[in-house]
Amino acid sequence: MAVAFEQEVSVEQPQLGEWQPRIVAFLCNWCSYTGADLAGISRMQWDPSVSIVRVMCSGRMDPTFVAKAFELGADGVIISGCHPGDCHYQEGNYKTLRRVHLLKRLVAGFGISPDRVRLVWVSASEGDQWASTANDMAREIRTLGPLRLQT
Amino acid sequence: MTIEAEPITAAPTKPKLALYWAASCGGCEIAVLDIKEKILDVDAAFDVVFWPVAVDFKVRDVEAMDDGEITLCLFNGAVRTSDNEYMANLLRRKARVLVAFGSCACEGCIPALSNTTTRRATLDWAFRDSPSTDNPGDVRPQTQTVTEFGTLELPEFWETVRTLDQVVDVDYYVPGCPPQAHQIWAVLETVIDILQNGKPLPPKGSILGAGDKTCCDECPRVREEKRITGFVRPHEIIPDPDTCLLDQGILCMGPATRSGCGALCVTVGVPCRGCYGPAPNSKDQGTKMVAALSSVIDSQDPAVIEQILDGIVDPVGTFYRFSMAKATLGRVNLEGSSPGDTEREEVGL
Repeated sequence: MAVAFEQEVSVEQPQLGEWQPRIVAFLCNWCSYTGADLAGISRMQWDPSVSIVRVMCSGRMDPTFVAKAFELGADGVIISGCHPGDCHYQEGNYKTLRRVHLLKRLVAGFGISPDRVRLVWVSASEGDQWASTANDMAREIRTLGPLRLQT
Repeated sequence: MTIEAEPITAAPTKPKLALYWAASCGGCEIAVLDIKEKILDVDAAFDVVFWPVAVDFKVRDVEAMDDGEITLCLFNGAVRTSDNEYMANLLRRKARVLVAFGSCACEGCIPALSNTTTRRATLDWAFRDSPSTDNPGDVRPQTQTVTEFGTLELPEFWETVRTLDQVVDVDYYVPGCPPQAHQIWAVLETVIDILQNGKPLPPKGSILGAGDKTCCDECPRVREEKRITGFVRPHEIIPDPDTCLLDQGILCMGPATRSGCGALCVTVGVPCRGCYGPAPNSKDQGTKMVAALSSVIDSQDPAVIEQILDGIVDPVGTFYRFSMAKATLGRVNLEGSSPGDTEREEVGL
């Protein structure tokens, strides 16, 4: 059994049979994925409803990926990159920043809460930051409920 | 001595061609005639068996045909009513090759913009609220009306506009609003060549009569990879005739739109509106446009970015002007996509 880390943020214990959200997280290879890895190595617990997709840079995260994730049943999407100024590719994360701002407007235009898309910066040393982001997002999506796209 | 009767030979049958319009404006029909005198070549190569806008054959004539009797059917218009659906199914059965012709049949086009609202709102505007409507009794079309001469029927008006391939199996696509005449002729010429010389058909699902790059590739304007600090609407400035419209802050759909039109709009100073549909290897025009626009915005400060983005008046309606029916995120849900989602008006970040 995993030992809870002392700075551990509490993971909500879902009731058996309760609806579980599905959250897709796009993490950049250099900072955020390593940060999430650190969270794992440090045995921090974070919500199991978050599934990670590793991309080389948060700038690789095409808005199409987010739309596709929602289409395939995701209820929320996290995009995480290096802190501003720290991007391995100089300014990929600034591109992401602009994209997410516009994407949230687009998503809202479809009647989907923009809170279902979240952009965060997590460095390679911020395992606890990642764990709390994942838990926080899972809590938020549980409040929003399942996403049902209209066709 | 007997005189041998001359064998009765039927006139050599020509391949049969049908054209139909569903929820469309009629522009695609005009575009077919824009091939000018080459329409005579079409007539020489085909027997036109059904074309409501030009020749007098009835639906019952099509119903009487054998399945697969029509060689080629060019179907334009989106599927908006029960009648559109009936005709789509009928022509799919009767035609060996069914082509989604024009933006409405391919991606939904302007009719599909009503997927951003509801059936009720569309009908309210058309029959009650628009300034030119004089309908004091609020009379609405009914699917059945009983009169002394019998029961009159109207097709059912659907909540959501669909593309042809969301209703029936489609063989080929010819995008454009409307498809350009030279592209239409190129497609018809290829078809005639295939029929007369036994050439192989292109792979099913091919997009015909369009390029395999983006509109920017055909655009004669000079792109300097400039960053912009604000968007302007076309009437607010007189654009420089030689530089990229997006570089000048005008929202131009070129980067997210398939080539094939010959960059008609941008050549005369009007931004691309996206009628040739999503660019090759992409299915969703809107999210690709989000990616393209984010690259030209000149700021790294969230507050300034928000300010610049305020210049985009209607992201959904602009980015999906021609492809709303094919949007990955589906139709707009005004009630919110789940009980917890915010109303559309309350766009918060």
